[in-house]
Amino acid sequence: MFNTGKELLELCKEKNRKISEIVIEREMEHNKMSFDELMDKMKLVLDTMLKSAHSGLDKEIISVSKLSGGNAKKLEDYKNSGRTICGDLINSAMAKALSTSEVNASMGKIVAAPTAGASGIVPSALITVKEKFNLTEENMIHGLFTAGGIGEIIAKNATISGAEGGCQAECGAASAMAAAAVVEMAGGDVEASLNAASFALTNVMGLVCDPVAGLVEFPCALRNASGVINALLSADLAMAGIKSLIPFDEVVEAMYMVGKAMPESLKETALGGVAATPTGEEFKRRVL
Amino acid sequence: MKEYGIFDILGPVMIGPSSSHTAGAARLGKIGMEIAGSGFHRVRFYLHGSFAKTYRGHGTDRALVAGVLGMEPSDERIKDSLNIARDRGIDIEFMEADLGYVHPNTVKMVFYYKDRDVYYVTGSSIGGGSIIVIDINGNEVEFTGDYPTILIKYEDQKGTISRISAILSDEDINIATMKVTREGNVATMVMEIDNPIKSKVIDRIRNLDEILYVKGINSIRRA
Ligand code: SF4
Repeated sequence: MFNTGKELLELCKEKNRKISEIVIEREMEHNKMSFDELMDKMKLVLDTMLKSAHSGLDKEIISVSKLSGGNAKKLEDYKNSGRTICGDLINSAMAKALSTSEVNASMGKIVAAPTAGASGIVPSALITVKEKFNLTEENMIHGLFTAGGIGEIIAKNATISGAEGGCQAECGAASAMAAAAVVEMAGGDVEASLNAASFALTNVMGLVCDPVAGLVEFPCALRNASGVINALLSADLAMAGIKSLIPFDEVVEAMYMVGKAMPESLKETALGGVAATPTGEEFKRRVL
Repeated sequence: MKEYGIFDILGPVMIGPSSSHTAGAARLGKIGMEIAGSGFHRVRFYLHGSFAKTYRGHGTDRALVAGVLGMEPSDERIKDSLNIARDRGIDIEFMEADLGYVHPNTVKMVFYYKDRDVYYVTGSSIGGGSIIVIDINGNEVEFTGDYPTILIKYEDQKGTISRISAILSDEDINIATMKVTREGNVATMVMEIDNPIKSKVIDRIRNLDEILYVKGINSIRRA
């Protein structure tokens, strides 16, 4: 069992295992499932993720409220023009994150990771790194277990709900989960995974939850796009050997305290941030 | 410290856009239908709080209707549930309402039947797709639908609880939680159990003299 990053690190060291392997062993025991059953179950999760990350790339997906949509395709087309500032990898990753967000807002099928609002980040990060290093589907499934393990620690010691901790708790947590997972997929060690997760959370500490008209669309989709890049850059920082000055568990605790200190207006109530701007209010009137 | 499994973090596999406004709403609709029973020709939804304010944009309306039609939270037909209900000849109505001191995401679902009395179920979507049922036809209850649940109303008298537990233990059923409330001489018992409910168990309980009502509800899947 592990409740903290420190305990997870110790377990990994003691048993000479990766994070994913520790999480897999724990889940098998906890759910009384065989290795194959557990892998099959996660494969279903992965399949849904792969589908949602791609379906918005070649056709416009418009939200139920009709407030937003079509941006994943726009970005994918722009990437294909070959004239981007950030290059193919980053634009492609952002497009896939937007795709899942758009599928979500259109009442399509997604996997909450850890929430529906932040569901675009983990799939896109994993696909991006798989493609970059020619990895397998099995590597991605392992990555999901690592991501889930990190998410569990954040959920247990802080929160993964925007209503409780702001967007740092949703998109921040998703980025941390994704960062740790892709470090492992790219061959980094457990410490590097935890450093990457720390960076991702630190980078967006204090990020508020301010959905326009209370809908999971804007700025949510944008934060999925920036969230996947946060995950990837945090992973690179950690893979370069850069260490977080503040240990992961303390960063998680800090995120929780910041979330508590946030006024209610910045926690999913749509009473602050971009939701409370004159234009945000106008959209609210139009939608409701 | 709350316990999480991996599929609580990477999951549920669900229809967007919001686990509390969509997945939770679909589960509420489903549990309402299971409690009230099928065969209704009209359902009226009284939406409270955040449900009332954002139900269209979040698709809460479609999710609730999908639930009463029996769909799971991961069913891709949720999007079309309003049309599906119309095709099946079921009248659907939404009203905004103040249901009192309840969770902001609360709905009262009233089911209308041709051949029997109206029936209502009130419940809240409390986050991440979790729900609680709080009222059935004016009887205060509290259960989550995560476990198979047995609801019993009976005329309170000595030994009822032990007679019910004897039936369960005879059928090899383990009780996870049990709650009894009493109003006047009528007691309401809500029992969550570890095993799926068999109709034989329900029949045996119904055959006890003091039982006014008994209903078994199997757990409402999260995905
Ligand atoms: S802004 Fe709020 S609703 Fe949107 S993704 Fe972030 S936490 Fe979720």
